Amino acid sequence: MLTANLAAKLQGLLGATRVTAVEDALPSFAVDGISPAAIIQPASAEEVAEVVRFAASEGLAIVSCGSRSKLELGMPPARYDIALDMTGLCRIAHYDAGDLTLSVDAGMPLRQLEQALAEKQQFLPLAVPCFETSTVGGAVASGIDSVLRQQYGTARDFLIGAEFVDGTGRICKSGGRVVKNVTGYDLHKLLIGSLGTLCVITRLNFRTFPLAQVSGGHLVSFVGVDGALAFRRGVEAAGLPLSNLEVFSPGTAAILAAILRSAKSGVPLGLEQGRWCVYASHEGNTAVVERISRELEKFAHDTGATNCEPLDQSADESLGGMLREAFEWLRFASPAVLLLRVALPEFSAEVSADLSDILKANSMRGAFLLRARGVVYFLAQGDSDEGAALDRLEKTARDVRRLTAEKQGHATLLHAPLALKSRASIWAGADENISLMRRVKQAFDPQGLFAPGRFWGGL
Amino acid sequence: MTASLLRDLKSLLGPSNVLHQKEDLMLYEYDGSVEKGRPDVVVFPHTTEDVSRIVKLAAKHHVPIVGRGAGTGLSGGALARGGGVMIVFARMNRILEIDLENQRAVVQPGVVNLDITSAVEKAGLYFAPDPSSQKSCTIGGNVAENAGGPHTLAYGVTVNHIAALELVLPDGEIVRVGSKHGDSSGYDLCGLFVGSEGTLALVTEITVKLARKPEAVKTLLAIFDAVDDASLTVAEITARGITPAACEMLDGWTLRVVEDYVHAGFPRDSAAVLLVELEGLHEAAETQAEAVVDVCRTHCAREVRVAKDERERELLWKGRKNAFGALGRLAPTNYVLDGVIPRSKLPQALQHIQEIGKKYGFAIGNIFHAGDGNLHPIVLYDSRDAKALEKAIAASEEIIRYCVDLGGALTGEHGVGMEKNELMTLMFSEADFDLMRRVHDAFNPDSSLNPGKVFPLSKGCGEIRVKAKDMMGSNR
Repeated sequence: MLTANLAAKLQGLLGATRVTAVEDALPSFAVDGISPAAIIQPASAEEVAEVVRFAASEGLAIVSCGSRSKLELGMPPARYDIALDMTGLCRIAHYDAGDLTLSVDAGMPLRQLEQALAEKQQFLPLAVPCFETSTVGGAVASGIDSVLRQQYGTARDFLIGAEFVDGTGRICKSGGRVVKNVTGYDLHKLLIGSLGTLCVITRLNFRTFPLAQVSGGHLVSFVGVDGALAFRRGVEAAGLPLSNLEVFSPGTAAILAAILRSAKSGVPLGLEQGRWCVYASHEGNTAVVERISRELEKFAHDTGATNCEPLDQSADESLGGMLREAFEWLRFASPAVLLLRVALPEFSAEVSADLSDILKANSMRGAFLLRARGVVYFLAQGDSDEGAALDRLEKTARDVRRLTAEKQGHATLLHAPLALKSRASIWAGADENISLMRRVKQAFDPQGLFAPGRFWGGL
Repeated sequence: MTASLLRDLKSLLGPSNVLHQKEDLMLYEYDGSVEKGRPDVVVFPHTTEDVSRIVKLAAKHHVPIVGRGAGTGLSGGALARGGGVMIVFARMNRILEIDLENQRAVVQPGVVNLDITSAVEKAGLYFAPDPSSQKSCTIGGNVAENAGGPHTLAYGVTVNHIAALELVLPDGEIVRVGSKHGDSSGYDLCGLFVGSEGTLALVTEITVKLARKPEAVKTLLAIFDAVDDASLTVAEITARGITPAACEMLDGWTLRVVEDYVHAGFPRDSAAVLLVELEGLHEAAETQAEAVVDVCRTHCAREVRVAKDERERELLWKGRKNAFGALGRLAPTNYVLDGVIPRSKLPQALQHIQEIGKKYGFAIGNIFHAGDGNLHPIVLYDSRDAKALEKAIAASEEIIRYCVDLGGALTGEHGVGMEKNELMTLMFSEADFDLMRRVHDAFNPDSSLNPGKVFPLSKGCGEIRVKAKDMMGSNR
């Protein structure tokens, strides 16, 4: 009944062609198995505001979606009435290439944006998983890592402003379209990783970056984690500007090799030998790339690497592209997967051993991937999402959380079987600042319309 | 202010950490801006717990609070607009922890910006944000204002270098936001609090990110016979995809004043100089320097000097860094403005600023961060002449309005404070203010922290004003 009435009312707002309430279509907008009652596709910020005001008057919950590739980040929604399909907002509003600034609608696909920027020899370092389909708004709201964060940081470092619709149904903005600006509160920073719980993002402003003339990559492998970490420390201390510097365990290397094989791409030798690997990519002019290559080879030698493989352009693009998609293949590595993003003061050999011990104690296979400083992806591979196997995954999650807490770090859930996500007690108290975050949520979304329950702590 | 609050503060902190005589308070009624606001009492906490207790006492007595570092701010952010208790962080000035391996330092808010770099530079590290006042300004003030500096062109402003904060909320609660390593989970509260100009919380501890010093630095000084040529050079450097670490401009009027005082070697008959710095690996800095020289020559630079060593580099920077001191020789007061424009619009903006100067009868110099479009027009006037101040403010407003009209912003690094709060309506709608006010009230519901800042107070904005305390029955 709700569905029929709601669809009719939404059609009254934006017209029949923009609303879908056909039962078969709804599951494609489901979040953790929960489907909306209707899908609506606005084409402007004003239309978004209209839908939000309607939802506010009726007390309906909205989940805004881009390509829906990362909707499983976060918790299942407590309520979900309207799916707001944002792909209708997909224009570049301003692109001032001479100023290296960009203002783009939230529903613009990243791949399409990449092409537009490449025409001016520029790019946006938002190289996130599901790149082929992701929208710029979804990428920012998901808070997922860009594989280029080693050099370019996170969206926080290049998002310069935003336009969005708040919970009162009004179009608001913060920041601007200039690269340096301290006017007013930086509300747009709060949108990064907010999972659509604060507002509906309609437009984002970024600084863009010049494309490098040439790039290169190396895959360096080691018998043990110590060597890989010593190599990483060495190249960082030398101040070598690397766009990508990832350390991964033999488990990760094996998964990656299998994927490259199935994609009929060449598999770099280093991935095949059960070794710890470091992928280092770099860019600049020819002299810079040659210099970095020489230095990487020297560090590899000095830290006892078993192999240091310069990658040709195609191998480099293929490996770099696969690492960008790590979140995607790690979460589908086994029938039941627990994937955590662990922040620790230092990923040492000791921490690696502790994490391995946790896997062993819970009879679990697993893998690690160290991305940029202090960011580790921890994968535990279970056989099933039921019964004792699920309990073992839960125990693993608790053990990792305990370990990270002891080391003054923390662990954030990226992926788990739904049955495990629903055991909310594991994730409760995920952040000591939940009361402060509740205040922010209340300020943006006083009625709790936006993706209620999707954020940590029930927000 | 009541005698009982003063008694309570003295008993909490000891008499040597409390100032309340008029002649003492006068030292705290101004900062680097043209604004004034005298506190009723100044206190010097030594610990976070002191701060929390002071805040609770002030709340009990319904008295507003404002935090202050070194008082070098340029927008009145650290002035007691509503009187009340001023918390000066000068005695919370210890570096608590340095983690060289992970490039982090934990510091108290009263630590001077440059002292962080001094403490870690032997290890090849430094703290990147470098406001002109970095020899005296404090990191707490930098965080509150989200301070910038010449080298933020490549490395970003303060917020890009802050990992975590400890804060005291207006009810005295002590909280921590951000994460020393990696990302914090949840909303980016650290990103919200940095730059909130002391209107949401008081910062009592800061975890900063330390950057690694570049292997090579190339510093160039390009001399131009026409301001337009210098402006076009800046636009083309950006358009060619060259990212200098710094790109500063001094116009002819300013460089002559500076040259007379500093003797930095600027030709007195030139129309503008550009100071460009390129950093990175030797191979990158060299190539980029060559490209910048090429751009300068294309735009008719009369001469391009490249510093051969650190001594020459320092000489080139000397003129820039001592410019404000030099201007002090010409007029009793200089009013340094701070506006941002899209950098491709530099030529027209500089011309228009000169026209505004003529209209108001002021000489307006320009010495600014050209690379990121962050203008600092300087209006020279005599502050003893009330009419001159009024005119200076009117000229400033016209310049800032023009920046916004060009697609720019009210402030690039000085903050809104009480200098530009009435101009906020140029950039923000009622809906924007309403949301900002709700965020403000979520943390500072009674406006007890730094009242009268950031938000417009004028009657026209009655609906959007943040409740400033009724200037607390202040005795002034």
